[in-house]
Amino acid sequence: MRVYFTALFAIVRREALRFLHQRSRFLAALVRPLVWLIVFAAGFRAALGVSIIPPYQTYITYEVYIVPGLCGMIQLFNGMQSSLSLVYDQEMGSMRLLLTSPLPRWWLLLSKLLAGVAVSILQVYVFLAVAAGFGITLPAIGYVLLLPTLLVTGLMLGALGLLISSTIRQLENFAGVMNFVIFPMFFLSSALYPLWKMSESSDLLHDICALNPFTHAVELIRFSLYQTFNGTALIWVLASFAVFFGAALVGYDPAHGLTRRRRRE
Amino acid sequence: MSALEVSGLGYSYGAKRALDGVSFCLQPGRFTALLGPNGAGKSTLFSLLTRLFVTSEGRIVVAGHDIAREPRAALSKIGVVFQQPTLDLDMSVAMNMSYFAALHGVTGQEARRRSEAALARLGMAERAGEKVRNLNGGHRRRMEIARALIHQPEVLLLDEPTVGLDTKSRRAIVAHVHDLAAGGLTVFWATHLVDEIAPGDDVVVLHQGRVLAHDGAAALTGGRDLTEVFMDMTAPAEAGE
Repeated sequence: MRVYFTALFAIVRREALRFLHQRSRFLAALVRPLVWLIVFAAGFRAALGVSIIPPYQTYITYEVYIVPGLCGMIQLFNGMQSSLSLVYDQEMGSMRLLLTSPLPRWWLLLSKLLAGVAVSILQVYVFLAVAAGFGITLPAIGYVLLLPTLLVTGLMLGALGLLISSTIRQLENFAGVMNFVIFPMFFLSSALYPLWKMSESSDLLHDICALNPFTHAVELIRFSLYQTFNGTALIWVLASFAVFFGAALVGYDPAHGLTRRRRRE
Repeated sequence: MSALEVSGLGYSYGAKRALDGVSFCLQPGRFTALLGPNGAGKSTLFSLLTRLFVTSEGRIVVAGHDIAREPRAALSKIGVVFQQPTLDLDMSVAMNMSYFAALHGVTGQEARRRSEAALARLGMAERAGEKVRNLNGGHRRRMEIARALIHQPEVLLLDEPTVGLDTKSRRAIVAHVHDLAAGGLTVFWATHLVDEIAPGDDVVVLHQGRVLAHDGAAALTGGRDLTEVFMDMTAPAEAGE
């Protein structure tokens, strides 16, 4: 068992060091949500009124409303970027190095996933600290309860990235991932507007948003920030993680996985 | 017991047959070259030996462990140097080494001791603190070979490890790896360059997915030049392509 954790810590450490070395990635991860928070939210606060809906017990400003969605966005981007780094790693061969180590493949991939989640949690807390500097604060206990929530939501979004990395063929396809995964998931969710707002314009869009796992990740983050348990969102997130990770394991299985497809091209 | 035993191995990419009925045994403590032209199936064979691919055709046994039945035991006996570099350029040599050691469950003092010993074997001891990005191609390769020795494997697999290196670096690496074989390690070295093979080495000639010959280099050539022998063996089939 000790061998398992030795490998896990090494993989997490490597990912964290790589992230810290890539200062531009660190900066981009921070600037992106801050632009949404400080510019977008300021512009839209007058246009979008938010009524009192759970877990909020008073009226809140739009900036406060979108903070959980932006935490989710950080993890969504990070999950996809980890998948990009996996594709990049495969090209560089580091993934091969990982996969030829004598540990079960599911553990190696889970370790890789946890490494990405650790980095995303770091990003979220730095973002929240900067947001607090701009006067956008949350209940103190919420910051603590957020940690286990981010672990679960990060695993789900990371597993989606892992699944995509097992099917993506070229580095350039990250633009495709942006267009077809990140943007639809983000905009078709409760990150920027509550679902009841969506149903006012289209029931179909509302239903799509309600089925989007990212919506449930955002709601799980939102509820935990206000010390409220959201069992439905938790089940959705856990079930989505199980499906994504299971499919990713099939994608990385040597019998019918990525390496085989890649060679055939 | 053979260090690496391959029997009846076959693999296809869709309709294209990459390996067909490949069988050979490597004797412990020998340098065996896997000689084949580009496209012979060398990299596919290496992917099967390292379990990046699996196949239902044939059997691979590493130091007594069947890779299909005991993949982890088999992988723990193999050291691999891939054709493509697998290095973290922004980290030091020592950090690259310790990362790999940890993937094999070796940490702390023991990892440091083994890392230093492995680097010393490849003449790289004084470079432990350097960033990999600052090393030249030859030193990077030597570091990868040293890294592949950390978990004390019984078989060292190298897939065209001298690709892209200058003559001097190439010679140094060939000499270092021959020294490792002389020290008792079983070495399996894929190449298409005959000048990397010494007269005392064993040679497996792979062409179009099949083993054409497996013998000592001297016996294979029978006094002729190895390049000519190799060209003769592979030329007729190539001409027909």
